[in-house]
Amino acid sequence: MTEFLTPLHIIFYVFAAIAVCSAVAVITVRNPVNSVLSLVITFFSMAAIWMTLRAEFLSLILLLVYVGAVMTLFLFVVMMLNITKEYQQSGFVRYLPFGVIIVLLVIGLTIAAVGPQYFGLAQMPAPAPEPQNYSNIHNLGSMLYVEYAYPFEIAGVLLLAAIIAAITLTHRPPLRRKVQNPGDQIAVRPEDRVRLIKMPPEPKQEGA
Amino acid sequence: MVSLTEYLIVAALLFGLGIAGIILNRKNIIVLLMSIELILLSVNTNFIAFSYFLNNFVGQVFVFFVLTVAASEAAIGLAILVVLYRKRKSIEVQELDALKG
Repeated sequence: MTEFLTPLHIIFYVFAAIAVCSAVAVITVRNPVNSVLSLVITFFSMAAIWMTLRAEFLSLILLLVYVGAVMTLFLFVVMMLNITKEYQQSGFVRYLPFGVIIVLLVIGLTIAAVGPQYFGLAQMPAPAPEPQNYSNIHNLGSMLYVEYAYPFEIAGVLLLAAIIAAITLTHRPPLRRKVQNPGDQIAVRPEDRVRLIKMPPEPKQEGA
Repeated sequence: MVSLTEYLIVAALLFGLGIAGIILNRKNIIVLLMSIELILLSVNTNFIAFSYFLNNFVGQVFVFFVLTVAASEAAIGLAILVVLYRKRKSIEVQELDALKG
């Protein structure tokens, strides 16, 4: 029953190891660019793991939207902020024991709660393989556009609000744009612009 | 067949690493945002794993919505970050004490 090292096992463990290692790199590497790139690797390998769970559409969405758009946005911001100095992680060592204890507690408790005696293959058998013409996208779409059509539209409105918020936050008016101000043009008086000076006529100079 | 436990353990490891990133990282807000992305990724993995093993499709729909919210959160967070950097020329977490009472 428990045949180990099936091809699926090998794929799963390879990608899980890559994901965890690059997640460690995300939080320990000093250069933010390397950190973003490690997060990209994590997303890639987790997309592969989602693929083994037959969530093909979401796996591709993770690649396209996350790696393609969100991580690119992160990279753009990292490069735009021009963080030239390598950050001295002063608090890193100080908070390391605390962080390790918290993390070990969280991971240990979770693993104790999801151990193989609760969620093993005997308790949670894998579903039967799908028929030949099974389509993950068809299922997801029929559920999303029929039962969850209203939340789907709310999600669209949420994205619109995010666009407007991001643009409003980062937009600033151009500094040196040559435009006319009609109010100033109307309010101007001749005395401000032209100064008439009375001066005696200069005598004609020789040779000039 | 890979059991549900293994998927959940991988998700738990990613979740713990995300929390570790939030606790350990006191310098760079970008790494903090990326830790939040790690946490959301692990939660989504849990949703998809349970959706597969319980043969219930609602989990994947929920992951879809979580991805939407996470994308807009990242966009707004980065926009706030850019504004912050313009104001203070620094994105160090420990210098952000303007709201300190």
